[in-house]
Amino acid sequence: MTDLADSAASPATPTLPAREPLLKVEGLTKHFPVRSGLWGKGSVVRAVENVNFEVRPGETLGLVGESGCGKTTTGRMLVRLLEPTSGKITFNGEDITHTKGSRLRKLRQDIQIIFQDPYASLNPRHTVGRIVAMPLQVNGIEPPGGVKRRVQELLETVGLNPEHYNRYPHEFSGGQRQRIGIARALALQPKLIVADEPVSALDVSIQAQVVNLLRQLQRDLGLSFVFIAHDLAVVRHFCERIAVMYLGRMVEVGTRQQIYENPAHPYTRALLSAVPDVTKLGGAGRIKLEGDVPSPIDPPSGCVFHTRCWKAQEKCAAEAPVLLPNPNGSVAACHFPETGAVI
Amino acid sequence: MTTSTSPAAAAVDPEAYLQVRDLKVQFPTEDGLVRAVDGVSFSVRRGQTLGIVGESGSGKSVTSMSILGLHNPARTKISGEISIGGQNIVGMKEEKIQKLRGKDVAMIFQDPLSALHPYYKVGAQIAEAYKVHHPSASKKEASTRAVDMLNRVGIPQPQRRANQYPHEFSGGMRQRAMIAMALVNDPALVIADEPTTALDVTVQAQILELLEDLQREFQSAIIMITHDLGVVSQVADDVLVMYAGRPVETGSVEQIMKRPQHPYTWGLLASVPSLHGDANVDLVPIKGNPPSLINLPTGCSFNPRCRYAGQNGNRSFSEVPELRPAGEDGHNVACHMSFETRQRLYAEDIAHAGVAQ
Ligand SMILES: Nc1ncnc2c1ncn2[C@@H]1O[C@H](COP(=O)(O)OP(=O)(O)OP(=O)(O)O)[C@@H](O)[C@H]1O
Ligand SMILES: Nc1ncnc2c1ncn2[C@@H]1O[C@H](COP(=O)(O)OP(=O)(O)O)[C@@H](O)[C@H]1O
Ligand code: SF4
Ligand code: SF4
Ligand SMILES: [Mg+2]
Ligand SMILES: [Mg+2]
Repeated sequence: MTDLADSAASPATPTLPAREPLLKVEGLTKHFPVRSGLWGKGSVVRAVENVNFEVRPGETLGLVGESGCGKTTTGRMLVRLLEPTSGKITFNGEDITHTKGSRLRKLRQDIQIIFQDPYASLNPRHTVGRIVAMPLQVNGIEPPGGVKRRVQELLETVGLNPEHYNRYPHEFSGGQRQRIGIARALALQPKLIVADEPVSALDVSIQAQVVNLLRQLQRDLGLSFVFIAHDLAVVRHFCERIAVMYLGRMVEVGTRQQIYENPAHPYTRALLSAVPDVTKLGGAGRIKLEGDVPSPIDPPSGCVFHTRCWKAQEKCAAEAPVLLPNPNGSVAACHFPETGAVI
Repeated sequence: MTTSTSPAAAAVDPEAYLQVRDLKVQFPTEDGLVRAVDGVSFSVRRGQTLGIVGESGSGKSVTSMSILGLHNPARTKISGEISIGGQNIVGMKEEKIQKLRGKDVAMIFQDPLSALHPYYKVGAQIAEAYKVHHPSASKKEASTRAVDMLNRVGIPQPQRRANQYPHEFSGGMRQRAMIAMALVNDPALVIADEPTTALDVTVQAQILELLEDLQREFQSAIIMITHDLGVVSQVADDVLVMYAGRPVETGSVEQIMKRPQHPYTWGLLASVPSLHGDANVDLVPIKGNPPSLINLPTGCSFNPRCRYAGQNGNRSFSEVPELRPAGEDGHNVACHMSFETRQRLYAEDIAHAGVAQ
C-alpha cells in the first residue's frame, strides 16, 4: 500500500528527486485494552489500525483528522513513547519498532517531538536555560563552545532573547513557551520532528509567528516533519504531503494539491467543506455529515465511514476498501472515489 | 448596528433588542485594577447576529457575562448601560435579572458540561429550565416540551435520549442538548460564547447551521463570540472587533472582512491561514503579544504592535483613539490615521497579502 501511495504521489511532484524514505511506517496498529464499567468485560479501543506512510528527508507530512482519529497515538508510536500493537517502523533504514535502552537514547537524538500544550510540557521549576540544555546533558553532549553558548544560539534561532536564559516558563507567553519547546527539540539536531498540534493552543496572531518559525527552520535546516493538526488551513500552509485519518485508518494520502483541490475520498471532501473559511462569507454549499464519529471500540463494518457517507452503497458496509490510486491522483480507501475538483 | 465610544456617535437604534452603551467592567485585584472591558457600545436587532471577535483576554467573555448579569457585584465595577428589551440591567436587583436570565436572554457556552448537571437526566434538566419560567406548567407538559426541544435540535430518538445522563451523550450531542435547554423558553436574545471551539469541524458545521435555522424560526437576536474569523464570516451580519478590552472596529461582516480599516483587523486577517490562495507564501503575523490589562500602553493600546504607530506624530502614544465613522455607513474604526492614509496603506501593504487577496 505504501508503494502505491508513493508512486501516486511522485508524478505530481516531479521536482522532488527520488529519495530513500527517512521514515517508513507499515501496518502500524495500536489497540488499547479498556474496561467498560467497573466490572465490565474487557474490550479494545482500535486507536490506530494498519496505517502505512513514508516521510522522505526534508519532507513535511501532515496528519489530519477529527478528534480521536488516532493522530496523537500514531505520533507517540513514532517517537517510541508508545509501544505498537503490531506493524513496523523503519527509520533511516533501521527497524526501530521495538528499540530500547541505549539505542533508543541515540534514536531520540534523531527524532524529536513538540507537544500541543506549551504550558504542560515545560517544567515550571527549571529555568529556560536548563530546559533547553536538558537533551544535551541527558545525552552527555558537550558542544564546542559549551552548553550555555549552544543554548543561547538555540534561543536566538527560535526568536527568543538569549539573555532570557535564566528566566522561568511562567514569565513567558504561550507563543514564547512554544518557542522554548521548539528550541529544546532542536538541541540535538534531529532529522525528524513529530509536532503534535504545535500551534492549536495559540491565538491567531501568535500562531502565525510560530508557523512561520517552523517553516523557516524546516527550510534552513532541511528538517523532516510529521505535522499533526486538526486545522486544515494550517496544515495546508506547512505540509507538502497530507494524510487524512478517520477512526484510526488512513483514508487518503496525497500532495497538497491533490488533497485540497481534487480530493477523492468523500470524507476528505466533507472535512474540507466544513471548514469555515475567512475568504467566504456565509455558509452556502456545505457538505453536511450526519451524526458523530462512531466509537473506535466498535467501529462499523466494511468502510468505517459508511455510517456517515452520503455515497454509501451496500458494498461499503460489507467490504473494507483499501488504499488505491484513483483518477484524481491521490491514493484513497474508497469503493466509489470522487472525481473532479472541489467547488 | 451602531457602535461607538464617543457619545456623539452613540446613536440609539430604536429597533434594537439589546443596546449596550459605554460598558465598562473592572476587577480590582491584588496586582491592580483589571480593565477587562473599557467603553464598549453595540446593539443587536432580533433576527440578526453580531459577531464579537478578538484574541483571548480581549474582554469578549466578560462582556457577555455582563449582559447576563453574572458578575459578582462585590468584586466587579460595572458602569454604562445594558438595555434588554427596553430594561436597563446595570444595577438591577438580582431577583429581577433572574426573571430575564434563561427566559429573555439565554447563553450557550463552550463547555456543555458546565451547563448540564452530571447527576440528572438530560430531559429532566431541560424540563426544569422550562418550569422555572412557566411555574403553572404541569410536570407532563414540561417533559413533553423537553422531548420536543431535543427533537428540534436534531437529536435522534429524543424520547429515549431524554432519559439518559449527559455522559451518555457525545460531545456534539451534548452541545445540542445545551442549545435545546437554552432555547426552551424561546429567548429573544441568545449569547453564544465560543459555542463550537471544542468541537470538530464537521460537528461545528452542524451546530452553526442549527443555530441559523433556529434563529430563522424564532427571530432571536444572537451574539456570537469567537476568536475564529472563519466562524464569524460564516454566521455574522455585523462584527465588533475587540482589542485589550476596547472596540477597535465595527461594521457589517462584509465591511470588516472585505474592506477592513484598522491595523489590528489587518493583522488578524493576514495571520489566518486559508484554504485558498498561495500556500507557499508566509503568513504575516502581528509582532509581539497582547498587553496586560492592568498596565495598558498609553494612547492607542495597539501601538507597541502596530507598524503604523509612527504615522501620527505622537498621537498614537498619547491619545486614545475613539471609534469614528470609517467612510461607509455603519463602519467605524478607532485609529488616528486619516481615512486617506488608511486607504493608501491598505492598498499598498495589505490588499495583496494573506487572505485579504
Ligand atoms: N491510553 C489510552 N487508553 C484507551 N484509549 C485511548 C488511549 N489513548 C488514546 N485512546 C483512544 O484512542 C483513540 C485515538 O486517540 P488519539 O489521542 O490518538 O486521537 P487524536 O487523533 O490525537 O485526537 P485529538 O485531535 O483529539 O488530539 C481515541 O478514541 C482515544 O480515546
Ligand atoms: N473575575 C475576574 N477577576 C479578574 N480578572 C478577570 C476576571 N474575569 C476576567 N478577567 C480578566 O479580564 C480579561 C478579559 O477576559 P475575557 O473576557 O474572559 O477574555 P476573552 O476575550 O478571552 O473572553 C482577561 O485579562 C481576564 O484575565
Ligand atoms: S467506500 Fe463507500 S462508504 Fe466508504 S467512503 Fe467510499 S463511498 Fe463512502
Ligand atoms: S492609532 Fe496609531 S497605533 Fe493605533 S492602530 Fe492607529 S496607527 Fe496603529
Ligand atoms: Mg491528539
Ligand atoms: Mg472567552
